[in-house]
Amino acid sequence: MRGESVVVVGAGQAGCQVAVSLREQGHRGPITLIGDEQAAPYQRPPLTKDYLAGQTDLAGLVLRQDSYYGDNGIELVRGERVVGVDRQARVAVLGCARTVSYEHLVFATGARPRTLPIPGAEHVLNLRTVADADAIRRKLDGRTGLDVVVIGGGFIGLEFAAVVRKLRHEVTVVETQPQVMQRAVSAETARHLTNRHRSEGVQVLTGTGVAAVREGLVELTDGTVLVADLVVAGIGVVPNTEVAQRAGLAVDDGIVVDAHLRTADQRVHAVGDCARFASTLTGGLTRLESVQNATDQAATVASAILGGAEPYTALPWFWSDQYDLKLQIAGLTDGHDRAVTVGDPAEGRFSVFCFKDDRLVGVEACNRPIDFLMGRRILEAGNALTPEIVASPGFDLRTSRQQAA
Amino acid sequence: MPKITYVAHDGIETVVDVAQDDTVMRGAVLNGIKGIVAQCGGGASCGTCHVYVDPENTKPLSAMHQVEDELLYFTACERKENSRLSCQLAVTGEQDGLVVHMPEKQL
Repeated sequence: MRGESVVVVGAGQAGCQVAVSLREQGHRGPITLIGDEQAAPYQRPPLTKDYLAGQTDLAGLVLRQDSYYGDNGIELVRGERVVGVDRQARVAVLGCARTVSYEHLVFATGARPRTLPIPGAEHVLNLRTVADADAIRRKLDGRTGLDVVVIGGGFIGLEFAAVVRKLRHEVTVVETQPQVMQRAVSAETARHLTNRHRSEGVQVLTGTGVAAVREGLVELTDGTVLVADLVVAGIGVVPNTEVAQRAGLAVDDGIVVDAHLRTADQRVHAVGDCARFASTLTGGLTRLESVQNATDQAATVASAILGGAEPYTALPWFWSDQYDLKLQIAGLTDGHDRAVTVGDPAEGRFSVFCFKDDRLVGVEACNRPIDFLMGRRILEAGNALTPEIVASPGFDLRTSRQQAA
Repeated sequence: MPKITYVAHDGIETVVDVAQDDTVMRGAVLNGIKGIVAQCGGGASCGTCHVYVDPENTKPLSAMHQVEDELLYFTACERKENSRLSCQLAVTGEQDGLVVHMPEKQL
């Protein structure tokens, strides 16, 4: 298998990791890594955190230094987009009309921010790329006390709100759902996050949407009008599937792949935010947006290209930093029917164990990293930790590991 | 720039120039040194940038916070007295010449 050429379409966290993992696993053939941003591959999570706060620059975000790619025989093509893939001829076509032939092609095209279907959407900034973050920084530059409206109370919106509040701006978060991070966390964790933002002076409005944005104003669906010097939206993403679709591959809110992350074409895989994969965990098609998913899927595909036969089975995990809260989530808590809280939410150190049909499906740990890591191990082992064990007096994951095993 | 020496589990040493205010983890990752995974990118969330600081070390190291201390109980290889998460080891001028040893595995 060695010596075959690999084209990676997209140079975000997933695409970069495909190239890195291929070399680490001994692949000797040519690797072409093609990204449409000018910057070398970089980490996105700090964009809503240290980068926005001005505590790090692009050099602090890049995944590898520039010389790494050449030193490791990886051709990094920056600022170019793949516009077509001819699967019969096995070539990728770039926007500049260059063609690159392949034996294996990996879609790592990521996702783009969902746009608001409302009047004035052109006044709304997004936060996905370093260019987006730079545009926001220019708006905030050196000033304080600006009125900032954040549309969407998910990971991006809340992390952004926390940083902008620390930069001493007046922040309002608008969330259409009854609670923030509705799909991502339990009601207990959502309540705690909401309270924390409010205690920091952020106005959190739930159950209301945005009707229109005008220069300097945001009109909500309940009639409220907010003054806004800056409007930033974090309302989810749309996977970039157009090239795969034009190439005749199945697309359904993501490029559809099997448990080995392979499309119907055995030479074509998809990884990361753009991939809707047959999950061994949920038993259905799943699409995840996280660093863990991007890097673990990349390693799986690198191994598959080198002849490996292992399906993708990694346990999903996520994290979010807001103020001094470190939220770490192991597993998929969406759809849980019972939640048991351990620890002391008032002190900001607690964990929520989420169950579905009495089986542990996820752990949300707030400033309790041990619960997160133990939770990961228990979930990875397919362990039967029950609500009764967790709810019992004096329950402590540190001492109950054997009991639960 | 301060030089940091990374000793792989098989004994191979790599010396890398690490920018001031970067971390020992970043120095390894940027240069593609195998043996440090750093899956969370430095967020003190994953415990996959575990190193053993050289036992002979006399250079000052960043203080260990509670999160790092707890994570170190969950690394893939055994925690020893000189175990640290390299994402929490800041590089200032004072760490020039620091030697760290990498464990057999991180995952």
